[in-house]
Amino acid sequence: MISSFKSKLTVTLVSAAMAALATSVAQADGTINVYNWSDYIDESVLKDFEAETGIKVNYDVFDSNEVLETKLLAGTTGYDIVVPTGSFLSRQIQAGVFQKLDKDALPNLKNMWSVVSQRTSIYDPGNAYSINYLWGTTGIGYNVEAAAKRLDGKPVDSWDIIFNPEILAKFQDCGIHMLDAPTELFPAALNHLGLDPDSHDKADLDKAAELLKTIRPYIQKFHSSEYINALANGDICLAIGWSGDVFQARDRAAEADNGVTINYIIPKEGALMWFDQMAIPTDAANTKGAHLFLDYVMRPDVIAKASNYVVYANGNKASQAYLDAEVLEDAAVYPDADTMENLYVTTPYPLKIQRVVTRAWTSVKSGQ
Amino acid sequence: MALADITTPSQETEQASVQGSGWRRSLLIAVPYIWLLVFFLAPFVIVLKISLSDVVLARPPYFPTFDISEGWQGFVAMFQAFDLENYVWLTEDTLYLKSYLSSLKIAFISTMIALVLGYPIAYALAKAPKEWRSTLLMLVILPFWTSFLIRVYAWIGILKKEGVLNYVLLWSGIIDEPLTILNTDAAIYIGIVYSYLPFMILPLYAVLEKLDYSLLEAATDLGCSPFKAFWVITLPLSVSGIWAGCFLVFIPAVGEFVIPDILGGSSTIMIGKTLWVEFFSNRDWPVASAVAILLLIMLIMPIILFQKQQEKQAEASQ
Repeated sequence: MISSFKSKLTVTLVSAAMAALATSVAQADGTINVYNWSDYIDESVLKDFEAETGIKVNYDVFDSNEVLETKLLAGTTGYDIVVPTGSFLSRQIQAGVFQKLDKDALPNLKNMWSVVSQRTSIYDPGNAYSINYLWGTTGIGYNVEAAAKRLDGKPVDSWDIIFNPEILAKFQDCGIHMLDAPTELFPAALNHLGLDPDSHDKADLDKAAELLKTIRPYIQKFHSSEYINALANGDICLAIGWSGDVFQARDRAAEADNGVTINYIIPKEGALMWFDQMAIPTDAANTKGAHLFLDYVMRPDVIAKASNYVVYANGNKASQAYLDAEVLEDAAVYPDADTMENLYVTTPYPLKIQRVVTRAWTSVKSGQ
Repeated sequence: MALADITTPSQETEQASVQGSGWRRSLLIAVPYIWLLVFFLAPFVIVLKISLSDVVLARPPYFPTFDISEGWQGFVAMFQAFDLENYVWLTEDTLYLKSYLSSLKIAFISTMIALVLGYPIAYALAKAPKEWRSTLLMLVILPFWTSFLIRVYAWIGILKKEGVLNYVLLWSGIIDEPLTILNTDAAIYIGIVYSYLPFMILPLYAVLEKLDYSLLEAATDLGCSPFKAFWVITLPLSVSGIWAGCFLVFIPAVGEFVIPDILGGSSTIMIGKTLWVEFFSNRDWPVASAVAILLLIMLIMPIILFQKQQEKQAEASQ
């Protein structure tokens, strides 16, 4: 009895030890660290990926390209996949931050949409280093009732609401937020002035700064993520924001049933179109796992799930069959051909001009 | 002569033990120095080195970097590439000076508010019945059990227009219109004073608790009013606690970034924020490092003053 108990115990112990060893090996082999924007995925995508591949996903979030870039430039981030915006990606590729993708490991590349790939190749020639995750526009989010009251029923359809101080002043009492992202606000101001939104000319940028200063007194806060909840709760009524973020505010308000109705528009004068690209840092520990994840995300039904959840368009043509009608048919998410004409893209600022823009932005924000 | 040269065995062991303890003593003294070297001097030298470099688009984003494989020559080449242009840059734009001054002002005012609030609290703590003190002290320390970040975020809920504070004030009829406190300087002061108040209370309490209260009794016996006794006895005797508390609040408040970022408005410039912008928005690590070095020098001055003051205190008590 005793001996059989002993041997049983030994067997149990040995198998337990072996199991522990096996899982520790699997862990080392099967973990990927993903660094993505906040409020930017349907969590079930990660769970499904884990269930299917056995690779554990550590998911971490940021809310500004600057934070991501600083981590990347410092090196050894520990991330296997990061998601910078196109113009930042382009500069980071030059700095040698990313590794080329192994396209043989990415059969789902065939699903991608040439309309988007063409534009992303401005930042990443030949899309050698990155795939498009989601894309969107930088436009105007507003509280429908508050706007109707202040504009006497006139529609919100133009940048005039933001850049004409007389109109903007009407919204001051109910709260206005603006993205804390000079690389997106300067192009909008330049576009409104009839200048090239992608201008890197100091004189042009100074003019844009002057325009931004005239509207500064009416802005309550410059912040890149707080406006989602602030719009949804009715704390503010107007924001320059990212398309999908405003839609999330709309959905949260509808869920809370608090009498707040939020809408997003791409103004008729056009808006910035941006692309968030998934890429693998050169020092990624699990390159293989990262490729598996990228390929998984490029499955039509998977990326459609993300798009349906966060209401951002994606660069995957095949996924459009899986998209909710309200996402695919909304011109503010998937712009129609006319709107598409007016959308513009920007290229990264050289270091000196970046400094001019940042300094001007500080002086817009602080009046110093 | 010869007699003097002869050392008895007992003397020998005594000498050896003195030598031994000397060796041990220097080891003991070395530990804090090694601590300083590793955790203060080494990071300082690294930041100083970056502040003398030039910005480039690479990883890491500055040049020159120290390449150990090039040995001595690489070291010399690195030194030759150093210059002070980042410090010159800081003098060319008034933004930096304004940021430093604004930070000093905010830190100073916050420290004064914390002192005025903290002193009575510490005094009451020290005067409280002995069996209560540990509980009361616990209450001062209790907030530290929650993350600093979460406590600062909680103030958004209190200070915002539809927040708790406005609700209470409106309900009680003190105000008719909700106050705008969030995203203003007032919110920054509230956040800093709230966060650092325990650092003011604890050193004050430590001093006030040890105070010899028979001195106050003597003063009363001699006809001194309690108010005057406080000014001529309690306050002067608690000066070291006041200094310690003020520095513990002032120094972190000057470099504060989180509180102004979360509670403050966009129009307040502080050096912590300016440094963040240099580092993150401009990706200019060299200029950011130069800002940090100047900030450090600015903070070291009051620390040295404090040290001097402490030494004087120690001498006086001897």
